[in-house]
Amino acid sequence: MAAEANAQTSAQAVRRPIVETLRTVFGPLVQLLLFVVGSAIALSLLVILLSLVQLGARPDLLTRTLTILPQVLIDGLVRGFLFSTIALGYTMVYGVLEFINFAHGEIFMVGGVTGAAVGLFLASIGLLEGMNPLFFVLLVVLIGMIVSGTLAVTVERVAYRPLRGTPRLVPLISAIGVSLVLQDVVRLIMTNSPMGFNARYNAPDFGPPIRLFEMTLGDRPVPIIISPKALVFITAAVIMLIVLNYLVNATRLGKAIRATAQDMPTASLMGINVNRIITLTFLIGGALGGAAGALFGLNVGTVNPYMGFIPGLKAFTAAVLGGIGNITGAMVGGLVLGFLEAFVASYLSLFTNGALSGAAYADIVAFSILILILIFRPSGLLGESTTQKV
Amino acid sequence: MATMSPPTNLWEQVKATLSRGPTGYSFLGLYAAICTWLLLTNPRTSLNTDIAFALFLLLLLIIYRSQVALGFKVALGGVMLLVVLPIFGTLNPFYIDVATQAGIFVALALGLNVVVGFAGLLDLGYVAFFAVGAYLWGILSTEQMTLMNPAWSPVPPIMFYPFIFLGLIVGAIFGVLLGLPVLRLRGDYLAIVTLGFGEVIRVLANNLDRPINITNGSQGIRGIARPPLIFADFVRNTLGLNLDDQQLYQQFFYFTVLLIVLLTVVVVSRLKHSRIGRAWEAIREDETAAIAQGIPLVRTKLLAFAVGASFAGAMGVIFASKQLFINPPTFDLIRSINILAMVILGGMGSIPGVMLGAVLVTMLDLQILPRLATVLRDLQRAGAPIPSAFDPTQYQRLFFGLLLILMMIFRPTGILPDERRKEELVEDQVVDLPLDDGEVDGGQPPPPTQAPPGSGPIT
Repeated sequence: MAAEANAQTSAQAVRRPIVETLRTVFGPLVQLLLFVVGSAIALSLLVILLSLVQLGARPDLLTRTLTILPQVLIDGLVRGFLFSTIALGYTMVYGVLEFINFAHGEIFMVGGVTGAAVGLFLASIGLLEGMNPLFFVLLVVLIGMIVSGTLAVTVERVAYRPLRGTPRLVPLISAIGVSLVLQDVVRLIMTNSPMGFNARYNAPDFGPPIRLFEMTLGDRPVPIIISPKALVFITAAVIMLIVLNYLVNATRLGKAIRATAQDMPTASLMGINVNRIITLTFLIGGALGGAAGALFGLNVGTVNPYMGFIPGLKAFTAAVLGGIGNITGAMVGGLVLGFLEAFVASYLSLFTNGALSGAAYADIVAFSILILILIFRPSGLLGESTTQKV
Repeated sequence: MATMSPPTNLWEQVKATLSRGPTGYSFLGLYAAICTWLLLTNPRTSLNTDIAFALFLLLLLIIYRSQVALGFKVALGGVMLLVVLPIFGTLNPFYIDVATQAGIFVALALGLNVVVGFAGLLDLGYVAFFAVGAYLWGILSTEQMTLMNPAWSPVPPIMFYPFIFLGLIVGAIFGVLLGLPVLRLRGDYLAIVTLGFGEVIRVLANNLDRPINITNGSQGIRGIARPPLIFADFVRNTLGLNLDDQQLYQQFFYFTVLLIVLLTVVVVSRLKHSRIGRAWEAIREDETAAIAQGIPLVRTKLLAFAVGASFAGAMGVIFASKQLFINPPTFDLIRSINILAMVILGGMGSIPGVMLGAVLVTMLDLQILPRLATVLRDLQRAGAPIPSAFDPTQYQRLFFGLLLILMMIFRPTGILPDERRKEELVEDQVVDLPLDDGEVDGGQPPPPTQAPPGSGPIT
């Protein structure tokens, strides 16, 4: 886990000075910011360079590259925070149990479906029209967190806890089963309710896109816009990351979680109720996933029972990219992966002149990154190298 | 597995009486005769025929498990599989198609069993190799060739036979290609990476219609070639059977698949008891200890991957030719999970178990769920409170997911556990057992497994 050193220093100080708390909470966020800015600049330079290389054959390429660049960066941020928030669930569970919670993508999906159900319910009783958008966001996020968190804890109780201590493949196969069951149970519920398979996400009017600034390229101005929903998503994700950092790095509970992750038997000897910590880990991870689902569904506008699978896989990739088990790493990995995907999705077809569709190959890029990372740096960007215990 | 055991002792006694000695022979003979009679007199697809077909499959399992002379087992099983089922197939094309499908999945499950069961590497993208084989024949035997390059023309249909071997080789090559980078990983990472690989292959199949049309994208490939019916004259004139081309093809694919399943069983069980097979099991049990014993880790794992993938590649060629049409959704993740469920249901590492699992899951897919659907629809009409949109055939994920969870919690070793593990259990029991005391519960010595590989196919 990220801040093992802090665990030792704080043993002496009963009340930590506020400065130190701030540092443990915001230190990872500064690291995150550095990675975000760094990868954004690096990728932007790369595409500009690529367009300059091709400039002889296609003179308009540079202008087109620059025109869409800010939009691609915003898209990358949204994707990045999506992967980050889901990846946190994977990484926390992995940190504590060394187990890939394969069903976490479905927990995220349940959050999204719950949000859509709340929207539908509010619309049907006529409350949705005049509702304050921010209040609505708060409401769906809270309900999504509660439902998904409860579900994650239930799943752990039913399908994972009986298998603790068995060979690694056994709980993993069970988790795959849970993932499939959740997909189809949600599908069964949705298709037998007014929602239908592809449910519209009813929401109050968030207003027109916000115009951030204007950029002049050549002779025409290009407005840089961000949709209010995307802005809400990014803001909420940042707040969740701050709260989680506080929870894990600056509270007694967080210390217990970190201790359990480091050494479960010893932690239980120190009087930590390991089972309770594991339940809490699933609760926190599930709640984060649920909130991400509720916000992401809102941002996209529709939800369906299979929407969690691919983001779940990619979030796992992000967690591995950042160093699995490492909370800051999961955030960093998610953002880096989000930027990479956004760039591939937007620029691949531009640079190959429409021959390859970027949206389809973005998936392949994500999995290729996973394979490359696992070969060359299995510990991830921020992880420490681990040796296998005998 | 036929019925839940009443008082264990009575059940064991019945089992013992029926599985050996004169009673055993006459029981098997009578059962086989009744099955044959039931099948041949009920050719129409109905619930009765489903039950008769299930009894037929159960017969094969009982033949395998009984303790009669090996020659009798082989003869009876052979007659049932080589004569009775094909004849029944000429009366009702549906069931021989089910049998062929089951055979294809038995071979696939046996291939995956090498990877998951023997070597303990969880491969969630196994269907990718199947897709590679299917697309290999699909692309090269159809107009796709001309679309790629006007100067090329499709290979002649007779090349089907060499292409089965080519599929084997190409599958193995892909297995090695995927295995080389990922086999250094620990088990759970491997699962996700193989899953990603499966998705990559599917996405590629879906998108490689541009810039050059290789796979025809989401449209899929139609009109895949079937091998010419070189034996048609022989069957019609010499044997005097009046079968049309469609029926001949069904029979042809049934026998081809049966042959390949037999070959697969022989190969896999020889492998299992070879030096390599023991190396795989050593790796599965404890990698570190296996390295200490001098087993080359990566090479041994690669071999498992290549062997598993090669079966899938070869079956892919046959599958494409049999189905005449393939498209990317044929090879999605649920198909991989399907095959995994077969391996887990039957018993990881156990060859008869995996075959049983494959047959059961295929039956569940093709017969039980559709049958359940009709039953539910009837109940709905009668006014039972069943959600109207619930069609069991559309909820495979639910059933397979539940199957995986329940198997993991209650019986992770599967229905017919691996022999080697069972042998270990028997040793323990022998130590505990007072000699010849019939009262000791659960202490029945399991039947000595004298059936050599390949003698009792359950398909």
